[in-house]
Amino acid sequence: MTLRRRIGATIPYVLLILSVVPIVVGYFWLVLSSFSTTTEGLKPVGGLTLENWSFLREPPFGRGYPSIWRVTLNTFVVALSMTIAVVLVSALAGYALSRLNFPGRKQFLSLTLILHAFPSVTLLIGIYFVLRALQLYNTVLGVGLVMIGFELPFGVWLMKGFFDNVSWDMERAALIDGASRFRVWWQIILPTIKPGIAALAIFAFISGWNAWLIPRTFTIGAGQQATLAVYLQNFMGDTVAVQWGAVTAVGLFQLIPVAIFFIFTQDLLLSIYAGGAKGGV
Amino acid sequence: MNVASGLERGGTPPLSPAHSGEETSSIGARLRSYVEGYGFLAPAAVLVTLFFFIPVVIIFVLSFSNLDATNFGTLKWWLPANWGLENYVKIFGNKFFPKILANTAFYVVATLTIFNFGSALVIALLTTLIERRVGFFFRMLWLLPRLTPSVIYIMMWQRIAAAAPYGILNQLLVPLGIGTGDNLLQTWPWAFVILANGMIGASFGMVIFTSAIEAIPRDYMMASKVDGASTWQTIRHVILPLIKWPMLFVITYQTLSLLTSFEQIMLLTDGGPGLYRTEVWALTAYHRALSNYFGNNQWGYGAAWAVILVIIGVVAAIVYMRVFRFDELVQEPRIDLL
Repeated sequence: MTLRRRIGATIPYVLLILSVVPIVVGYFWLVLSSFSTTTEGLKPVGGLTLENWSFLREPPFGRGYPSIWRVTLNTFVVALSMTIAVVLVSALAGYALSRLNFPGRKQFLSLTLILHAFPSVTLLIGIYFVLRALQLYNTVLGVGLVMIGFELPFGVWLMKGFFDNVSWDMERAALIDGASRFRVWWQIILPTIKPGIAALAIFAFISGWNAWLIPRTFTIGAGQQATLAVYLQNFMGDTVAVQWGAVTAVGLFQLIPVAIFFIFTQDLLLSIYAGGAKGGV
Repeated sequence: MNVASGLERGGTPPLSPAHSGEETSSIGARLRSYVEGYGFLAPAAVLVTLFFFIPVVIIFVLSFSNLDATNFGTLKWWLPANWGLENYVKIFGNKFFPKILANTAFYVVATLTIFNFGSALVIALLTTLIERRVGFFFRMLWLLPRLTPSVIYIMMWQRIAAAAPYGILNQLLVPLGIGTGDNLLQTWPWAFVILANGMIGASFGMVIFTSAIEAIPRDYMMASKVDGASTWQTIRHVILPLIKWPMLFVITYQTLSLLTSFEQIMLLTDGGPGLYRTEVWALTAYHRALSNYFGNNQWGYGAAWAVILVIIGVVAAIVYMRVFRFDELVQEPRIDLL
């Protein structure tokens, strides 16, 4: 390869490395800080320590507060139930929009995109009243339903895209044999879009795991039912000086499972957008 | 006799579902398909109504009332008698109204161009040009911000911008004699707002564009190489035209995302420093209605701000959909009756 070609070939690498510098620096600090007492810039001051990670053993705030493992369990349960619900509801709706003909179908489709224009802030104000009317304010169920609802525009659109790409033949055969629509959906079609389901599940799960604004606004955070993100806030009260080390440690604790999970499923996730958006030829 | 005639031809009941292609689907079968359709749609429709439509109606109504923390519970805001346009008058008369509007426009356009669309496209192109596994790795890094809990992510940025001796940037810049070592969130708040939000936003477009680019048949790239096109020419004339739809979609979707996003800004600068320097519209609505910013929640006033934002967003969405002709993407349903 000529010299010029060689330089040309390295340009993408150089550009990419430059682009990730802020990210690398930031996350390096995150990890460093969780193992230090204090840091100045990127230098740990006062030596490295495992003290910040003591929350793994005992609740750092005293008896009244739940242990991190309880909170993690809460978060996991919330995220998992939300994921299952999102996938089921979206798959049902996506199937209807892809396969069935009924009045209002086209409108509902355009709707899924326009819904994204509704600012979540608007909805928070109105949802507050809805939850109170349903007597679900300040309950896990209420918060869960809201979070499921928020994922639906994306989920339905995604599922519909996947259903569109499934061939009609198997369905037709099953329907001729007398199976009900629901049975066809459950036993035949769903298994064929497993990648799509997996992808949606991953996004929904991550969304549930990291959820902060919704739980905080509808105040389920405080006691034994806290989820990780809200629990984190206890470390950052206004009256107490922020203990960076402890906060970053808990934050990393919340981030690491998701990051690892994501690394192993990245390939799968690329397929969702290929399934939904019209790209290539 | 007449009953028997229907059974003459081998016992097929007259009201069986019509076969595909036949016009004569009975009313019963058609109704059943409608019911099926609505049945499948029902859970999603219920949730969407509860948490999207009803709230929108509520805030619409609220915006005409002056419900706040002092008269909550006593004011019957759903009675038309209590309605008025004061909140809207207040908004347009608010002396910070132009600033907030300008901030929002600036924020959306800048972040979209530089990051949510711009960087997304550039990173997607770069990572598909180089070796697959390495590209994978860089995309993973760009996805990290999106996976991180927002509180932690913003804290990271606060540390990057912090004043010496704690700040990371200052640790680099001060010894070089650049800057005074002050908290950069105070001196360059917009840079960080755009950076922090952009690095999250870019990953959405990046994933979409990457899939789209990887879906382009290799033959096209081969052909263009054989014809002697440079990489840049290949990008411009082969790749970009083929990913037109994803590009339009990302622009639309991310514009709406940016218009309505405020969580990171709230955590990073909370609209400051000073008065409304980085305050965007969505944040104002949240502040007025849901936080004790002014010492009491102004539900009605905050709702008015939110209503205007919804209108802007929906209009933008409809305009985009028309201009980009999204309804061409909507396929007709597969056969629904046999």
